[in-house]
Amino acid sequence: MIRLFKVKEKQKELAENANGGVPIKKQTAGELRLHKDISELNLPKSCAISFPNGKDDLMNFEVSIRPDEGYYLCGTFLFSFQVSPIYPHEAPKVKCKTKVYHPNIDLEGNVCLNILREDWKPVLNINTIIYGLYHLFTEPNYEDPLNHDAAAVLRDNPKMFESNVRRAMAGGYVGQTFFPRCI
Amino acid sequence: MADAAPPSKSRDLDKLLLRPGNLVGPSFEPGVQLRDDLQEYAKVLVVGAGGLGCELLKDLALSGFKNLEVIDMDRIEVTNLNRQFLFRLEDVGKPKAEVAAKRVMERVSGVNIVPHFCRIEDKDIEFYSDFNIIALGLDSIEARSYINAVACSFLEYDSDDNPREETMKPMVDGGTEGFKGHARVIVPGVTPCFECTIWLFPPQVKFPLCTLAETPRNAAHCIEYAHLIKWDEGHSGKAFDPDNPDHMKWVYDEAVKRAELFGIPGVTYSLTQGVVKNIIPAIASTNAIISAACALETLKIASGCSKTLSNYLTYNGVEGLHTKVTEFVKDKDCLVCGPGVLVELDATVTLQKFIDMLEEHPKLLMSKASITYRGKNLYMQAPPVLEEMTRSNLSLPLYDLMDKVPKDILHATGTINKDNKKSSGLRKLRVNFKGIDGVTDMDMAGGA
Repeated sequence: MIRLFKVKEKQKELAENANGGVPIKKQTAGELRLHKDISELNLPKSCAISFPNGKDDLMNFEVSIRPDEGYYLCGTFLFSFQVSPIYPHEAPKVKCKTKVYHPNIDLEGNVCLNILREDWKPVLNINTIIYGLYHLFTEPNYEDPLNHDAAAVLRDNPKMFESNVRRAMAGGYVGQTFFPRCI
Repeated sequence: MADAAPPSKSRDLDKLLLRPGNLVGPSFEPGVQLRDDLQEYAKVLVVGAGGLGCELLKDLALSGFKNLEVIDMDRIEVTNLNRQFLFRLEDVGKPKAEVAAKRVMERVSGVNIVPHFCRIEDKDIEFYSDFNIIALGLDSIEARSYINAVACSFLEYDSDDNPREETMKPMVDGGTEGFKGHARVIVPGVTPCFECTIWLFPPQVKFPLCTLAETPRNAAHCIEYAHLIKWDEGHSGKAFDPDNPDHMKWVYDEAVKRAELFGIPGVTYSLTQGVVKNIIPAIASTNAIISAACALETLKIASGCSKTLSNYLTYNGVEGLHTKVTEFVKDKDCLVCGPGVLVELDATVTLQKFIDMLEEHPKLLMSKASITYRGKNLYMQAPPVLEEMTRSNLSLPLYDLMDKVPKDILHATGTINKDNKKSSGLRKLRVNFKGIDGVTDMDMAGGA
């Protein structure tokens, strides 16, 4: 039971010192968990994180990946992360900001990585996602295609896929699509 | 006493409030005073004026509560009318909170309902502080999590980590999904809060993007393809707005084309809305059952006329009927409702010194701590870019970094060394600056 006599007292009290309080910023449990993830980041040399909105907005950040092996060696690929207030109940929204010729990333920057959607679990963290993204560049796979053409070339003609990737990263056309330079 | 009571139009309620009983809650004091005080002083906020909210407002008004307020950011849609019974066809387009308040006041004399047509985040903390009980009729985890954080922020603990009863802001939360529903009582500091048990919510079903792009198998796949992939291709940079009918129609048309291409039946406009907005089919009677349970719990919390639900009721009418009450337990380390670790400091202590102290603190033993205070990152150990941006704070007094607030909460992340085992941990800290708080000074003077 709520203490009604206390409620009565409190109403008197409130009426007496009615001073306009300043709304205070609430830190959600999601933000706190993200704070933990970020402060424990342990990234390989090929990955870097930046915070475009400064040190106090961790919910929106960017990660650049510069693969040190594989088809995408020496390219630089930028990803944006948007983290929800109910993180880690929900996975962050990740988009690739660099236009890339890749079987698992489409030309709009949508990324097909299982842990970003159907296999996301709250025990995973930002570090896992970044490693997952890095893995996409060292091991692109044609079985989960978002860019259908790129996937078909990788499957049927890896040599040609390799030269397409080089051409796209250097800044040029693959088929009808132009890719800005990202080396 | 009961016989001497003046005749009341709330005769049935009087049977609960004017007579003693064996099954009552602790400190129940039956009598006219209780009934009248309840009507005069108890203030209840109903969050949400939809399927559950309409029921809750009606039930609470009929249960004798006279001071109600309702908050909802939505306007009435035609599809609400089958179950949100306070609304009529001519109300379509009007704010739900305003119409709901008006209709209940028309039907139940003596009740005053103040509507708030806005987002829950638009109200400051004082607004919520004003209510004795908050009843939730919501359909999203985000909104529940927000209100829970607000209600728990009023909770204070004494120096022995016991919650102070006068700072508890009880919540009653209802939720339905078709034939299923839940009702729960949250008394911060006593029962688990929403965040303690957030794992109870099943993860949202999300289809792999490559399935949508490559091998759609059902109507929902076609709709999500149009919504998540095709929209971006067709509208460079323009964000999809689920409340814009033109946007929805565009997604529907694209989904139909996609479905035809793959020979998939079943794409309709309402399914498109359902998939894109994640609309859960609602059943009026489930809402009525759950709201009734919530309204009764609200009455019980307010009056003490019976013991409250302890603490989570599930109702499942899918196959036959099954209902059960489970007593969930608090997460003692909950960042939202838990006491955290009390740390007493001099106002001169620098952030660096504070971080060093956490390593020695017997209840923390935390090394390499990163510190965050009300959304400001005071110090981050990693990544290097943030370490560099926050390093200059290390030499400043923590009191200044906390805007000279004598008593407040901050959070620390670091490596916890317990029983020679290292693990990473996130902890809530109640920081108390010695000799600043005027009340503490007076107490000490009185003691001496």
